[in-house]
Amino acid sequence: MIIGLDVGGTHTDAVLLESTGLVKAVKVPTDAADLFHTVETGLEEISAGITPREVRRVVLSTTLTTNAVVQGKVGKVGMIVSAGPGIDPEFFRTGAHYFCVSGSIDHRGREREALDTHQIRDIAGRLKAADVRHVGVVGKFSVRNPAHELAIEETLGEGFEKVFLGHRIAGGLNFPRRIATTYLNAAVYPLHKNFFEAVRKSLRERGLDVPIYLMKADGGTLNFASAMDFPGQTILSGPAASVAGAIAAAPAGEQCLVLDIGGTTTDMAVLVDRAPLLNPVGVQLGCYKTLIRALDARCIGVGGDSAVRVVGGRLDVSSQRQGPAMAFGGPAPTTTDALCVLGEMESGDLSRARRGIASLADKVGKSCRAAAGEVFDLACRRILAAANDMVDQINSKPVYTIHELKEGLQIQPRKMLLMGAPAAVFARRLQALSDFECAVVPRWEVANAIGSALARTTCAVTLFADTEQGIAMAPEENFQRKVGRDYSSRDALTEATALLKRKALAKGARPEDLEVEVVEEAAFNMVRGFATTGQNIRVKVQVKPGLIHEYAAICAQLARPQDGSTCSWIASSGNPR
Amino acid sequence: MILRAAHKTGLVFFPAFDWAISPTHPEREERLLYTQDQVLEEGLLDIEGIEEFKADLVTAADVQRVHFCVPDLWQVMTESHFISAGGAKAMGMAVCDGRVACGFALVRPPGHHAMRIVHGARGFCNVNNEAVMIEFLRAAYGIRRVAIVDTDCHHGDGTQDIYWHDPDTLFISLHQDGRTLYPGTGFPEEMGGPNAVGRTLNIPLPPHTAEEGFLYIIEHVVRPILADFKPDLIVNSAGQDNHFSDPLTNMDFSARGYARLTELLKPDIVVLEGGYAIEGALPYVNAGIILALAGLDYSKVAEPGGSLQQKRQPAEITRRVHAVAEQVCGIWDQQAVFRERAQNGDPFQERSRSVYYDTDGITENQKETVRICDACAGALKIASHASPGLRIMAVHIPLNACPDCRQTARKWYESADDRVFDLVFLQDRPADKLLTRKRA
Repeated sequence: MIIGLDVGGTHTDAVLLESTGLVKAVKVPTDAADLFHTVETGLEEISAGITPREVRRVVLSTTLTTNAVVQGKVGKVGMIVSAGPGIDPEFFRTGAHYFCVSGSIDHRGREREALDTHQIRDIAGRLKAADVRHVGVVGKFSVRNPAHELAIEETLGEGFEKVFLGHRIAGGLNFPRRIATTYLNAAVYPLHKNFFEAVRKSLRERGLDVPIYLMKADGGTLNFASAMDFPGQTILSGPAASVAGAIAAAPAGEQCLVLDIGGTTTDMAVLVDRAPLLNPVGVQLGCYKTLIRALDARCIGVGGDSAVRVVGGRLDVSSQRQGPAMAFGGPAPTTTDALCVLGEMESGDLSRARRGIASLADKVGKSCRAAAGEVFDLACRRILAAANDMVDQINSKPVYTIHELKEGLQIQPRKMLLMGAPAAVFARRLQALSDFECAVVPRWEVANAIGSALARTTCAVTLFADTEQGIAMAPEENFQRKVGRDYSSRDALTEATALLKRKALAKGARPEDLEVEVVEEAAFNMVRGFATTGQNIRVKVQVKPGLIHEYAAICAQLARPQDGSTCSWIASSGNPR
Repeated sequence: MILRAAHKTGLVFFPAFDWAISPTHPEREERLLYTQDQVLEEGLLDIEGIEEFKADLVTAADVQRVHFCVPDLWQVMTESHFISAGGAKAMGMAVCDGRVACGFALVRPPGHHAMRIVHGARGFCNVNNEAVMIEFLRAAYGIRRVAIVDTDCHHGDGTQDIYWHDPDTLFISLHQDGRTLYPGTGFPEEMGGPNAVGRTLNIPLPPHTAEEGFLYIIEHVVRPILADFKPDLIVNSAGQDNHFSDPLTNMDFSARGYARLTELLKPDIVVLEGGYAIEGALPYVNAGIILALAGLDYSKVAEPGGSLQQKRQPAEITRRVHAVAEQVCGIWDQQAVFRERAQNGDPFQERSRSVYYDTDGITENQKETVRICDACAGALKIASHASPGLRIMAVHIPLNACPDCRQTARKWYESADDRVFDLVFLQDRPADKLLTRKRA
């Protein structure tokens, strides 16, 4: 059995799955002030009455680190940054304990200016005096040559609880993001450590001494130990958990949009053959642009609680939430009120909803029902416009080769999976208004927790080789070796794949889930003075995000709606009101 | 502190990582690899107000608005040429649509040696990216007056050829003296055809001109003339081979110098041309240009060896730079006099010349006839014979042609003897179409 738990903004969901399907689901209110209590309550309720040794793993998705960053409730971090020439690194300052030091590495990893160890020792002393216990060390082009970051770490010496090195955090190029990402990892570390050690203790006390996994922003998981080294990876795991939960219902071999319609916003992501599309660079959280792998997701300001108003004599669905729908005691008419008037909602105070919509209908000279219909269509059209924008944006991503320009992946999803309270009614109307074939994710109420429970362990490896200099390196893996002039991109791919498998298993992946994908493969002849002097090779491989094979049977079962019918896709003739 | 561009700046990056003229040619896959690394590592694309756009392909019509391709466009262009010109076009559209205030098309292969007639590749160029972009923008957005400032180390002879007769286009080229470098042209005496005297300005600079010399020319020649000309659009053909580390040239310019030049020039659209110091110059020059365009601080951009040995130019070079500056300003000031002298009261003028396609080893002989006209750029016909290659007649009706020139050009086209020429073309710009007749 697997336990999946997802902490949301208002509710926390937990599910218990076994090979035959969903055994149990519980929902407890989220106490933002005491998330530990929330998680404990969820785990207590879901594990009540089960035999602890039957539980194989527990997967958690929480808002702990996300909230801490957004609210600025993070610990003191010392940052040591070595930039060399370029943009002034002061622009990337993360806080008071931010030190720009000498030293410079160029784009091929060659040292251009040496470090000044006296300067580092001096900074170490100042950090200790300020009681800073967590440090991030980042150099420009450290993923081409980590020597300076390693030397700074060594010079810092003992006396710090944990030092995070930029080149271990992510293998891609982007110095400002490397600074932000390293900072965030160090900043959430103490909080993350205390929280999850407490969770582990609590589970053990319940007899659940089982592997613990945490959800990541890319729709995959990582195990407890790895998360201690990279706590930043747990940022923004919530939307990823929901999308992972939709995978079971997604069509194989096809492209599909996933929409989660909430109170204030609608989240959108894309699945291609049941794997989420990832953001090519990294996720942004607040003002922090990072290198953290994440879903390529969009969030638009349309939801059930979007306030409806009259602007310039016309109805308008705003991006603002003023409170719940009038039908549920709110102050202003909303999309949900329109659905009530249209008879699409089973709960809520219909008379209050009517009053709200009628006040707008009068202003535009329409009947209450006609106005409600128009509001609903406006909301649907905004969602469709945003969906088309998202597809356009993905397709207009710049490419750098003729081959990609001509043959690159162009997405054109024709299916849409919906989640959220008004999912069913939106699905029907969206289909009527567009060419999309729409469906509701079965058990969408707990799809987030199911997604957490069933998500694979994912990771990526970036490998760079420069045969003119005779080196191959995978910075994140602390891997570097000498190579000969005959080292080829095929060798690089083999080496990267081996490193990836080792890394994935160490992070808690199961061997049968190691579906390897080549994300990038490029080799350039290096020519100096009209002769080829070497090859410059760049390779990136990843474990394809998706669900664990072990529970394929559950997936099949979950893909069916609860009423026992075989397919939840709405008949293509549409189903207009 | 948040890094925010002072004005919205666009970037089209198309390094053509899978295209080369030949495996060890300077114009090869690797050329912009380290530039990409530097741009990504500096996080330039994350800066608020800097937006990247996808390169697109130009259409056949876009190319034929500018060039006469012989025997046809499919024979002289590769896919990469369609995308490189398309990158410039995408950037131009983003600027003219107001999506960004200015932009940089970091594309390859380059284009400024490609002339109006194209029998093959010369100076690594087949199609003139800037001209294809400009003529598209003129057709689509109604832009009229355009200034092109070519800061590549080689004379922009292709662009000069295309705009030789056009009074609406001011072409200024700064380059290493043609007596010391390919293509061997670009002297101040080359100042445009009889209908556009002074609209071509050549500023040859002596080898080892450094920052001081380049910036002097920009401040004392280019900026005042641009202010006088009042273009609707300023395009910079930004070759990066004036850099002190470039393997093909002999200048002493720096990355920060390029950034300062860009800041002074304030171009609307920058299009990459040459530059083959792919490790030591391009990554830093390109980062500097992007920062300068965006109105951001570039004072800490420095290439290896750049900050240590700020290149100084000898006094003799300064003297020669000042002399050429004075000469070119004189041409600009006296253009009416030069124009009258050049037109000489003739109804038509002819010139004959030979063009060598170094990349493809083709020699072309041209006889060009232009109608002297005060109302437009003048009807133009060119009889061209390439060896090896074809014999063609190319007739051009300028975009804003007067009725007389339109009529003259049509007569030329109709009367061209298709037993003599393999191909006869009529580039009818007012109608935006190309007519072609084959040997009878």
